[in-house]
Amino acid sequence: MDIKMPQLGESVTEGTIGRWLKQVGDPVAKYEPLAEVVTDKVTAEVPSDVSGIVAELLVAEGDTVAVGTLICRVQEAGSVPSESLKEEAADSPKSVSATTAEVPAESKPPMPDKSMRGRYSPAVLRLAEEHDLDLNEVSGSGEGGRITRKDVLAHIANPPQSTSSVASSSPVDETVAAPTDTESKPAERLSHTAPSGDFEVVKPSPIRRTIAKRMVESKRNAPHAWTMVEADVTGLATYRDAHKSNFERTEGIKLTFLPFFIKVIAESLKKFPMLNSAWVGDEIRVMKHVHLSIAIATDDVLVVPVIHDADRLSVRGIAHELNRLASDARTGKLTVQDMEGGTFTVNNTGAFGSILSQPILNAPQAAILSVESVVKRPVVVQDMLAIRSMVNLCLSLDHRVLDGWVAGQFLKEVKHRLETTVDWSQY
Amino acid sequence: MAVRQFIEAIHDALAEEMKRDDRVFVLGEDVGVRGGVFRVTAGLIEQFGEERVLDTPLAESAIVGVSIGAAARGLRPVAEIQFADFIMPAVNQILSEAARMRYRSNGDWSCPIVIRAPFGGGVHGALYHSQSVETLFTHFPGLKVVVPSSPADAKGLLVSAIRDPDPVLFFEHKRLYRLIKEEIPEGEYSVPIGSAKVRREGDDVTVIAYGLAVQFALEAAAKLSEEGISTHVLDLRTLRPLDEHAIWESARKTGKVLVVHEDNKVCGVGAEVSATIAEHCLFDLDAPIQRLCGPEVPAMPFSSVLEKEYMLSADKIANAIRTLARY
Repeated sequence: MDIKMPQLGESVTEGTIGRWLKQVGDPVAKYEPLAEVVTDKVTAEVPSDVSGIVAELLVAEGDTVAVGTLICRVQEAGSVPSESLKEEAADSPKSVSATTAEVPAESKPPMPDKSMRGRYSPAVLRLAEEHDLDLNEVSGSGEGGRITRKDVLAHIANPPQSTSSVASSSPVDETVAAPTDTESKPAERLSHTAPSGDFEVVKPSPIRRTIAKRMVESKRNAPHAWTMVEADVTGLATYRDAHKSNFERTEGIKLTFLPFFIKVIAESLKKFPMLNSAWVGDEIRVMKHVHLSIAIATDDVLVVPVIHDADRLSVRGIAHELNRLASDARTGKLTVQDMEGGTFTVNNTGAFGSILSQPILNAPQAAILSVESVVKRPVVVQDMLAIRSMVNLCLSLDHRVLDGWVAGQFLKEVKHRLETTVDWSQY
Repeated sequence: MAVRQFIEAIHDALAEEMKRDDRVFVLGEDVGVRGGVFRVTAGLIEQFGEERVLDTPLAESAIVGVSIGAAARGLRPVAEIQFADFIMPAVNQILSEAARMRYRSNGDWSCPIVIRAPFGGGVHGALYHSQSVETLFTHFPGLKVVVPSSPADAKGLLVSAIRDPDPVLFFEHKRLYRLIKEEIPEGEYSVPIGSAKVRREGDDVTVIAYGLAVQFALEAAAKLSEEGISTHVLDLRTLRPLDEHAIWESARKTGKVLVVHEDNKVCGVGAEVSATIAEHCLFDLDAPIQRLCGPEVPAMPFSSVLEKEYMLSADKIANAIRTLARY
C-alpha cells in the first residue's frame, strides 16, 4: 500500500516530514499516524490507510515534497511482500517478511506506546550535549519510543540525509519523486556551526522554518501598507466590567475584550467585503464567508487557527470558540480543519500590552488587523479633558488589492461600531 | 596445553603448590583417605602423606582455628570446608581472628590461610548443601573472596590465593566441577586476585556475573547474538576486592547493566556492583541497573521443580537481557 503526501489544506502544495512516528518494520494499525507533516503553519499527522507493517520510508525527516509524492509503503497485514521487499528482507534484520510472520493476519497490531519518548537517560543527555544534538531529531527505538544511547550513537555516526539518498535506493516513480525541495537544502542543514562561546546555536524546528518562510514570502510578495485608528471603548469596557463575573460563572470562561472586537470586525467585513479578500495568482478573490484567522502564540510557535463564519456567531459563541482554539493550540491538538479557510486575520497584540504594531500579512489574505491594549488615557471630549478607555487598531493591507481609502472606510466602520454600540447584549 | 575439568584444575593447583612449597598443607573433613567428598583432594594423601593432608574432626571452627595457628607458626594451610553451608561454626574464627590479624598486630603478623568451600545449588543438595554464603565475607575488610568460573581461572586464582599473605576465601561452585572443561596453560602460572575479566565483548547490554552464572550468561549471549543482541560479559572472579575499574569500563561500554548471581538479591554482591556504577557512571547509564538473583527465601528447596525455579539458567538470563536491550 503506497502512502502519499496528503493535501493538507486547499492552498497547500507541499509538506515537510517533521518526524516519522513509525520506522521500517514497525506494525501500524489502520488510521494510526505514520508521520508528522508540517505545512503552512499547521502540523498534521498522516494516518495509515491500512493495518500492516511499515515497509519503506522514502522521504527523510525535514525534507519537503510535493502533495501526492509517495512518502512510504505499508505492507498490508496478511499480504505477500512484493519482490523488491523480499530482496530487501535478505540483508535487513528487521526485514518485512520476518516481521510479518510475527503479526498474524487480521489481528490488530497494538497501539504504539510513546510514553517514554521524552524520557532521556543520563547517557543520552550527555551525548546530546557533547554533540550538540537536538533530540527531537533522533528517532527512538527503545521501549515506549525511548531514545536509547545506541540511537544517539547511530544518529551521530549517520546523520539523517536528504531525500535523494533515501529515494535513490528505492523504486520511486521519478515524476512524483522530483523533489520540490525549496526550503531545506541538505548542505544548509548540515552546515550549522558549533557554538563559539558568545552565542548558542538553536536549530529551528520544522514549524519555525515554516513560519520563517511564510513571513519572508509575505513580506516580499505583498506590498504592505499600514494605517491605524484609535477608538474610544469606554462603553464597551463598562459593559464588560458589569458582565464579566456573571459571564465567567455561567459560561465557565473569562470574558475578554477580544470576542467583542472579533464580532465588530466580522460585521464590518460584511459591509466592506474588499477587506475580506486575497490576491491569488493574477486575480483578486473576494471571499463570501467571513472566516477569521486568530493569531495564537505559545512559547515556541505561532499558529493561526480559524473561527469559521465568525459573523454568524454571537460574542458568547466567539468567546467559546477562542477558548477552544487557544487550548488546542497549546496542547497541539489543532486539526487541519481548524487551520484552513481563513479570509482575514485578527492579531490580539494587546494581550501582551502592546499599543502599536505593524503586522505582517497572513498570505494570501489582503489585510490583517491588530487589536492593541485597551488603556485609560486623557482625551479631549467636547473640548474637555476626560479619562477614557482607548484602543489602537492597526491595519496592514496588501496594496495590490486595497487602497488606503477603502481600508480607512473599513476602520471607520469598526471604530464607529465600537464607540456607538450601547447595548452590547445585542451581539 | 592440557584440557582439564574445573575440579581437576583445582586439584592440580593444590598438588603443584604442595610440591613447590613444603609449607603448604591441606586439612578438612574427609580430604585425606577419602580424597574429599567431591574428590578434589584425591591422591594427595598418597603423594604427600598424612602429615600434609589432614583428615579433621567434624568441627569447622577447629579446622579454621588450627589453620590460623599454623599460619601464625609459618605454614601455609589450605582448609577445606566440605560444603560452604557448614562454614557457620567457623565464622567467628574467620571474621574475629583471621580477618584482623594483620590490623591488630600493626602489620607484625599476617594470616596466610586459604579456605576453600564448594557452594551453590543445582545438584539436588537441598537446604544444607546448596547455599551461596559469599556475601557474609565480602562485607569484611581484611578478607579476600574469590569465585572462579572456569578451570583455567580456578587453577591460577588458587595458586594466587595460596601465595597470598592474607586470608582468602575460595568459593568453588560445585555445579561447575564436572560441568565444564577447557584448555589450561602449561606450566606454572597464576591469575591475580582482584582483577575481573571480560569474557565476551558486546555493545547492547553488559552482564556482570561470577561463578556458574558466568557460564549461563555466556550461553545466553551466544543464543542472543542470533537475535541481533550483542552482550558484553564481565566475570568478576574476585568479589573482594572488587575490580571497580573493570566494572565501570564494562558499564560504560553499553550503558545498560544486568548483574547476575545465584545468591539472593538483597544486600548481595549485585548491590555493591550497582552502587559503584551509580557512584561513578551516572552519565553513561542508559537504563536502570538491573539485578537477576536468587529469590528471597531462606534456603535452596529440596523439590526438583522448586530447585529449578530457584536456580539461574541461560533462558532466565537471556530474557533479562532481552528486556534490557529493548528498553
